Amino acid sequence: MKRKNSVLSFAGVVFCLLLLLLFNKTFDSYKMRIFNLCAIYITLGLSLNLVNGFTGLFSLGHAGFMAVGAYTCALLTLSPANKEMNFFLQPILPFLANTEWPFFPALLVSGLCAAIIGFLIAAPVLRLKDDYLAIATLGFSEIIRVIFTNTQRLTNGALGLKGLPNYTNVWWSWGVAALTIVFMIRLMRGSYGKALKSIREDEIAAEAMGIDVFRHKVISFTISSFFAGIGGALLGHLLGTIDPLMFRFLLTFNILLIVVLGGIGSITGTVIAAIVVTVLMEVLRVLDSSIDFGLFVMKGIPGLRMVIFSALLMAVILFYQRGLMGTNEFSWDSLGKRLRRIKKRGPK
Amino acid sequence: MKMLETNRITKVFGGLVAVSDLTISIQKNEIIGLIGPNGAGKTTAFNMITGIYPPTRGTVTFLDQDITGHKPHFVTRLGIARTFQNIRLFKELSVLENVFVANHLRLKSNIFSSVIRTPGYVRQEKEMYEKTMMLLEKVGLIDVADETATSLPYGKQRRLEIARALATGPSLLLLDEPAAGMNPQESHELMDFIFHVREQFDMTILMIEHHMQVVMGVCERMYVLDYGITIAEGPPEKIQNDPKVIEAYLGVD
Repeated sequence: MKRKNSVLSFAGVVFCLLLLLLFNKTFDSYKMRIFNLCAIYITLGLSLNLVNGFTGLFSLGHAGFMAVGAYTCALLTLSPANKEMNFFLQPILPFLANTEWPFFPALLVSGLCAAIIGFLIAAPVLRLKDDYLAIATLGFSEIIRVIFTNTQRLTNGALGLKGLPNYTNVWWSWGVAALTIVFMIRLMRGSYGKALKSIREDEIAAEAMGIDVFRHKVISFTISSFFAGIGGALLGHLLGTIDPLMFRFLLTFNILLIVVLGGIGSITGTVIAAIVVTVLMEVLRVLDSSIDFGLFVMKGIPGLRMVIFSALLMAVILFYQRGLMGTNEFSWDSLGKRLRRIKKRGPK
Repeated sequence: MKMLETNRITKVFGGLVAVSDLTISIQKNEIIGLIGPNGAGKTTAFNMITGIYPPTRGTVTFLDQDITGHKPHFVTRLGIARTFQNIRLFKELSVLENVFVANHLRLKSNIFSSVIRTPGYVRQEKEMYEKTMMLLEKVGLIDVADETATSLPYGKQRRLEIARALATGPSLLLLDEPAAGMNPQESHELMDFIFHVREQFDMTILMIEHHMQVVMGVCERMYVLDYGITIAEGPPEKIQNDPKVIEAYLGVD
């Protein structure tokens, strides 16, 4: 049974790789961007789920950590000439003026920077609980944004940074997403993952079982910030331009939506929801422009897609209170069971 | 050998003295009861011993080490495990995971070796798993190992909570009303189980209990609290006939 499952898993991975190759060949640049966005949202969704879903801390500070990652990576990879062009109001700080790093080390450092900021914020913030924690993390994320708007010589302020090299391709975005998925699965399977879950279930009991609750919360928060930073950096290099306004609360909300929709505390759910939400956001764009029904033309109402989207969200929450997957995970055994049940029911 | 000693511990909440000058001394392998009417300060005494509240005054000594005011997880690491008055299991985790997690405190690897699964970590995880299975076997929960904790019947949930506490590797076990809400059959089983735990795990036990049949049947010695004050101390026969205890429980004419 176990061997059969690992063969199936291997086949699944190969299938996904082939799919990736196929999409890479056939998609135009518009579709490609959405496809990459899916992967980045998987990374971001999983990192938020680690804190919100698995550790049970309601954090709303994700956009801030993404901003740290995106800016760090951008400042490290932009060419000196490009930096001079961007910083026309005030010159950039001298120590950054001539750095032009390759993408990989820059990506790692941006994750580490976000993790350090996350670690520093965690110490005061994680003494709070529930909604107080949510407000405090939200506050910190806004503080990061405001600082970035006002440090003209470091981040170019409200003007943002343009002309980021388009490093993010299928291999980077999906590679990172796959790594994050594997990291999360292995983390949750191990002793630390179970300790985090026990903190979610009952903090007092976890503490009484000898788990250093505060330390584990800080670890979880820091790791989540690390992946948020990497996701932010990938996003910056996909879009090619970043500015502080991009990292408003709305961005955190989008990721939170993915986590809630997929199931708070489910890796599978987050992956599915990240893809569905990203694709749907684009597909429903049709509703914003005018539609020709032949007999009459419906005038486009900008913003209609968000209405439809909200309705869909409400429907899901009404029928699946705990998100699409709850806290369940995908496994070949459960899939097999479900298929057999459908077969048994069969045509009457 | 002296296991636990509290020296005149006192806890004051605002103007209320919840526990006043409680002095307990427990020898190895004893089963000691802590009884008293509702609101007498029994659970507060537990919380001071396990580090949930620091005592306002007084000291707690465990195996000749001063543990006054230490954090709960640290106290557990030293070897005091507890259960709760209202069951506090990890609800969504399975029976196996509930007990497994209680081994986590002895894990020596860091989080990254758990993700990479270094040989050292894998060996420890295997040991933890084996220890968990052995413990479940001993307490008779092996056949429900994969069930969700909350799906168990009440008596078994109590038993699981004790098993989970035992998995932390304690030398002193604190039980907060283990027989609460049990029917006579279940509380009888519990009494057997407590003796069984003492034999099998070489345990010292301090328990809060209202159920007189259980307390008198199990405990060798007991302390009686009333309004935070220790009103009596001694073996069951002495307590049963103590006029002060009778007064506290039944009132006077």
